[in-house]
Amino acid sequence: MEDFYKEYILDHYRNPRNFGELEAPDATAEDLNPLCGDRIRFDLRIDGDGRVSDVKFSGKGCAISQASASMLSESLKGEKLEDVARLSQDVVLENVGIGISPARMKCAMLGLKVVKSAALGEIATWPDEVPVAPSRAVNDTSR
Amino acid sequence: MIATRDTRAATIAADFPILAQTTSRGKRLAFLDSAASSQKPQAVIDALVHYYTHDNANIHRGVYELATRATDAFEGARAKVARFINAAEPAEIVWTRNSTEAINLVSFTWGVTNLKPGDVILTTELEHHSNLVPWQLLAAKTGAELRYITVDAHGVHELGDLDEKLRGVKLLAFTDVSNTLGTIAPVKMLVDAAHAVGAVVLVDGSQSVPHMKVDVRALDIDFFVASGHKMCGPTGIGFLYGKRSLLEAMPPFLTGGDMIREVGYEKTSFNELPWKFEAGTSNIADAVGLGAAVDYLEAVGMDWIAEHERSLTAYALDSMEPLVARGLAIYGPKDRAKRSGVISFNFADIHAHDMASILDTEGVCVRAGHHCTMPLMDKMGWPATARASFYLYNTEQDVDQLIFGLEKAATVFKL
Ligand SMILES: Cc1ncc(COP(=O)(O)O)c(C=O)c1O
Repeated sequence: MEDFYKEYILDHYRNPRNFGELEAPDATAEDLNPLCGDRIRFDLRIDGDGRVSDVKFSGKGCAISQASASMLSESLKGEKLEDVARLSQDVVLENVGIGISPARMKCAMLGLKVVKSAALGEIATWPDEVPVAPSRAVNDTSR
Repeated sequence: MIATRDTRAATIAADFPILAQTTSRGKRLAFLDSAASSQKPQAVIDALVHYYTHDNANIHRGVYELATRATDAFEGARAKVARFINAAEPAEIVWTRNSTEAINLVSFTWGVTNLKPGDVILTTELEHHSNLVPWQLLAAKTGAELRYITVDAHGVHELGDLDEKLRGVKLLAFTDVSNTLGTIAPVKMLVDAAHAVGAVVLVDGSQSVPHMKVDVRALDIDFFVASGHKMCGPTGIGFLYGKRSLLEAMPPFLTGGDMIREVGYEKTSFNELPWKFEAGTSNIADAVGLGAAVDYLEAVGMDWIAEHERSLTAYALDSMEPLVARGLAIYGPKDRAKRSGVISFNFADIHAHDMASILDTEGVCVRAGHHCTMPLMDKMGWPATARASFYLYNTEQDVDQLIFGLEKAATVFKL
C-alpha cells in the first residue's frame, strides 16, 4: 500500500490531465462511489470514424480515484468508441501499478466505470464487481 | 501503587480479545472507530456462548425449564437496560434491532397518528441519516413541516432563535452527541424548551449512552434510542425507551406473533407493554449479550469511562495541535467541554480515504467519509473527513500511533 502512493499518483492527483468539461460532448457519464462520495464525470468527443477525438474528466475525491481517472484519460484519444466500451480493469491496474487493497478497488475503478458507461450509453458493470450499494443511495454503511 | 487512568485502560483493553491481534503488516492494532461500532469484551462473548450452550429456547410461552431460563435471561437483560438509563420500569424498554429501527418505530406509530398538516418536526443539522430520513418521510406522509436547529462552523447548536423555531413544534428529535463532530447537545435545556410548547422529545442516544451516564427521567426525555453494538454489546440488538403513557397510546408497529393478547378471525387485541411492539421471535441471545454489556460497563463505571475519554481526547487534541501548522484541520467544537471522544479531521489536500488507507498501514483504524451525515458535510463544505473516536479501551499509545500515522501521511504526500 505504501508503494501505491507513488510519485506519479500524487502528480496526477495534484495536476490532473484532461481535467474539465467539454461543451456539448458526444458522450458523457457521471457516477459517484456512494461509500466515500468520490465523484467523476467523463465527457467524450467522437469523430466521424467513431474514434475519441477529445476527452475531459472532472470530479473530486481521493488520490486513487482521481489519479486513475487522469491516467485513463491520457490513453483514450484515437481509440474507437466500442473499444473504450470494452476496456477491462487491467488497464487501470497497469496504470496505477501495484497494490490496491480490496477496500479501495471501487475508488480505483470509478473512472473506468464512468468512461465505459459514457461509451456504452448505459451503466457499465463487470462480472466480478462486488455490488456494495446501489448508486446514489440516500443511506450508506460508512458510519 | 495507584494505577493511573491510562494503565487502567490498558487493563480494560485486555478484556477485549480482538484488540490483542497484530495486523497483516505486523502492526499493533489501534482501534479508533468505536463510534461506528465498539469491540466486545470477553464477558459479552461468553454470555452469548453461555446462552446458546445452556439456556437456548423460545421465550414466553414455554413451560419447560429451558424456556423459563431463556425468558428470565431475556427479560433480565431488559431490566438491566431499564436500570442503566433509569427508566421507571422495564416495560418502557422495547427491543429493536438498532437505533434506526427504534426511530422508525416511533415515526411509523406515534408520528403517523399524532402529526397533521401544518405541524412541525424540529431536528438539528447534525443528525445522522437515521434520525433524519425517517422524519423527512414522516413529514411527506403527514404534511408536517421539517425544520432545523442550525449549527455554526464548529458544529455547535445556534440557539438564539430557538423560541421562534419551536413555534408549532409537535416533535423535537435530536442527537445528544454528534457522531461526526462529537458535539454534546444541551439536552436538558432543549427538552424543557420543547415541553414548554407541548412537544414530544426523541433523543438519539446512539453516541451518548455508551460513553456517559444517561438518566432519561432526570432529563425528562420522552423517547430515547440506542444501539447495542456501540456499547460493547452484540450487533442486531438495540432499544427504544418510551414513557409508558406514550407507548400505551401508540398503535403497534409490526404485527403477528408475540405482540398479541387474543386473536380471532375477525378481531385481535394486542399484548401489553413492551411486547406489543415486539412482533415475532425476538433476538433473544443478543438481548442477553447486551445485558452482559451493561453489566460490564457498570462494573467499569460510566463516570470513569466519561472521564477517561475526556482526558484521552484532550491528549489527542494536544498531540495533533503541532500538525495544524502543516495543514491539519481539526473540526468540531473548540470548547472541549462541548465535545465527546470524537475527532474529525482532514490533513492538507490528503483525501480522508487516502488518510484512512495510510493509517491502516500503521494498524490505526479510523473511519473516512461522510459518517452518514451528508447534509452536514455539504453545509460545512467537506467532501469527506477522517474520524478517530475513543472508548474505554483506548490508551495514549493508540493516540501516539495515530500521530505517527499522521506524520507518515504527511511524508507520503510530501506535505
Ligand atoms: C448518532 C447516531 N444515530 C444513529 C445511528 C444509527 O445506528 P444504527 O446503524 O446502529 O441503527 C448512528 C450510528 O452510526 C449514530 O452515530
